[in-house]
Amino acid sequence: MVEGVETPPRHGAMPGELTPELIGTDVWSDELVAAAGIPVVDVPIVTCGGGIGSFVLVDFLRVWGLSPASVRVLTVLEYPWQTYEYLTRCSQIPEGERLRSDSSSMPNNLWGFPSYALQETWEDKSLASLWNVFSEPIFCDYWTPRAGMVFRGLRKEADRIGYWDTVVKGQVRMIRRRHDGGYFTILTPPAGTAPTHRVAFRSRVVHVAFGYPGLKFLPDLQEYREKYKDHERVVNAYEPHEHVYAELQRRSGVVVVRGGGIVASRVLQRLIDDRDHHGAKTTIIHLFRTYVSGAHGPNWFNRRRGGNGWAYQGFNYPKSVWGGELWARFRKLEGDDRLQLYKVIGGTNTPRRRNWMHQQERGRREGWYRTLTGEVLEVMPGADDKVVTAIHLASQQGDAANLQVAADFIIDCTGLEADIGEHRVLADLLQHSGAGRNVLGRLDVERTFEVRGTRSGAGRMYASGAATLGGYFPGVDTFLGLQLAAREITDDLAGMGMVPTFGSARSFREWWRWARGVPPAVTGG
Amino acid sequence: MVPTLSGRIQTRLFLLAVIGIPWTALISVVGPHVSGAPLHLVFETTYWVLAEVAIVGSVLWEPLYHALMQFRWEKDWPIMFSLLQGVPEGILAYVLLHAIGPSPHPAAVTTATFLAQFIPLWFMVWLVAIGPMRVIVPRWRYRGGRIA
Repeated sequence: MVEGVETPPRHGAMPGELTPELIGTDVWSDELVAAAGIPVVDVPIVTCGGGIGSFVLVDFLRVWGLSPASVRVLTVLEYPWQTYEYLTRCSQIPEGERLRSDSSSMPNNLWGFPSYALQETWEDKSLASLWNVFSEPIFCDYWTPRAGMVFRGLRKEADRIGYWDTVVKGQVRMIRRRHDGGYFTILTPPAGTAPTHRVAFRSRVVHVAFGYPGLKFLPDLQEYREKYKDHERVVNAYEPHEHVYAELQRRSGVVVVRGGGIVASRVLQRLIDDRDHHGAKTTIIHLFRTYVSGAHGPNWFNRRRGGNGWAYQGFNYPKSVWGGELWARFRKLEGDDRLQLYKVIGGTNTPRRRNWMHQQERGRREGWYRTLTGEVLEVMPGADDKVVTAIHLASQQGDAANLQVAADFIIDCTGLEADIGEHRVLADLLQHSGAGRNVLGRLDVERTFEVRGTRSGAGRMYASGAATLGGYFPGVDTFLGLQLAAREITDDLAGMGMVPTFGSARSFREWWRWARGVPPAVTGG
Repeated sequence: MVPTLSGRIQTRLFLLAVIGIPWTALISVVGPHVSGAPLHLVFETTYWVLAEVAIVGSVLWEPLYHALMQFRWEKDWPIMFSLLQGVPEGILAYVLLHAIGPSPHPAAVTTATFLAQFIPLWFMVWLVAIGPMRVIVPRWRYRGGRIA
């Protein structure tokens, strides 16, 4: 099968380009790659993405005893938490604010002990964090770490395990199975850093962790932006939009906030903090598609708290998906049964934080925070430089079925994710390497996080992170979820003899090394 | 760690074995008891208490906690609950000790013996379970508290 999707190398272009034959061939031989003039680098394990998913896997491999020389991280990122930091900062979680993550979900410490709360207790010389962890979630909100603490921990662990030496910069272009087992991963190095256009990494194991395939706007907002070329007044909470807050501090205005998740909560907090501390006179119209008025769920055993429009949940998923009862149940479910359970635990939600509830209550009382529930019909420019949202209100809100809201800004906090097919490498895996989709349409992985259908001789391909949601484990796009995946993968590799096995004695020794900041012992690979 | 039922039981038995057995030996020797009582009679009572916490805990308490947990959306078990479980469990253990436990002649142990054994034991098991256990059994927290 030969497709003309890639332009053949131009005359005089750099050597080592992908040939139409390579692009059209599902399983590559060494000769085929050599004929294209692409240099080959041999390494046992390659991880693509270079975000926190790749970092966590390298951390496990190193702690399990693998040499840094046995793994390569192919990435465009400067540091593993770069994308995460960018997204959290845009969505109003700067370093000093708290994430939505458990005290013992520590991507820099695979044991999760001593926890972030213990660290904060030590650093702040205050028992407040420990008391919070002890009494949560009954007497107080869940304790969560500050973003800055997580980033500092990641850098320290990266230094300890020699992470930086495993990084190869460049854009991963595609991964193909190798005729004699294993895989070729094609990397495009940054311009001027390599003599050839592409470099091939030949490995027995490939791990893909590209993060979110992409963020999508709500369709009506996308349509508005494309039609009116307005990127100032209609913004996505995950893109830089500081100008919105700056302008609302300068002059009073109306802002429409869309979405019922944690980002909406954080954006509301920012808007209200600006009212409280910077004299902003912002009126907030909060638009829900589904309004949650109280506890909800199919039965008494599955009722999630809610109120004032929000569904409340401590973390992205019910806590027991990370190793508890839901973890055990999901592991046994296939097809439609699994999909049904995903639906039960799904739905947009936000943590129940008292300061947010108090702020919003004050806003309702004083009339500058209003909620509306309904479906958006259209977004269009209005008079006085406003942007107008035409809404079909949900019936319980009265007879007036349609309403137009004029605002100075619209902030989309829904965080819709793009289809995995929009990611070039994942699309290629689906098309050429035997990968398939799961019940939620994402990358289908085994319980070991091996990508189903992609096995190549003695080689294995694994995936972790957001692309694998819908599998036997739901909490994939979280710190602890990435660690759970990394543990499954590392144990699977240990079963193949690629990394040493890891029991209690080694666990304790390695933890002691971690505690002292000593690099892991190399016992294999 | 968010427990499954088998994880709860396995964790209890593991920690009672690893911490409870040596602690019970220690407290039997150096803890409060009727002065001059033969050591083997003290041992008989203190190890009966340890066995009670293990057996009644596994067949009665843990299934009860598991059932109560079903009413929680998160299906989790806050660490405060784990500590406070010690109150009803301690009371029941004390009642059972007097109702059906060994009653050596002459008396070897006192209420102080029970308290000195049970309360620190409960705290130690709880403390290890909320932290260091993750180091000792590296896969424990990813498997609902199961050891095996």
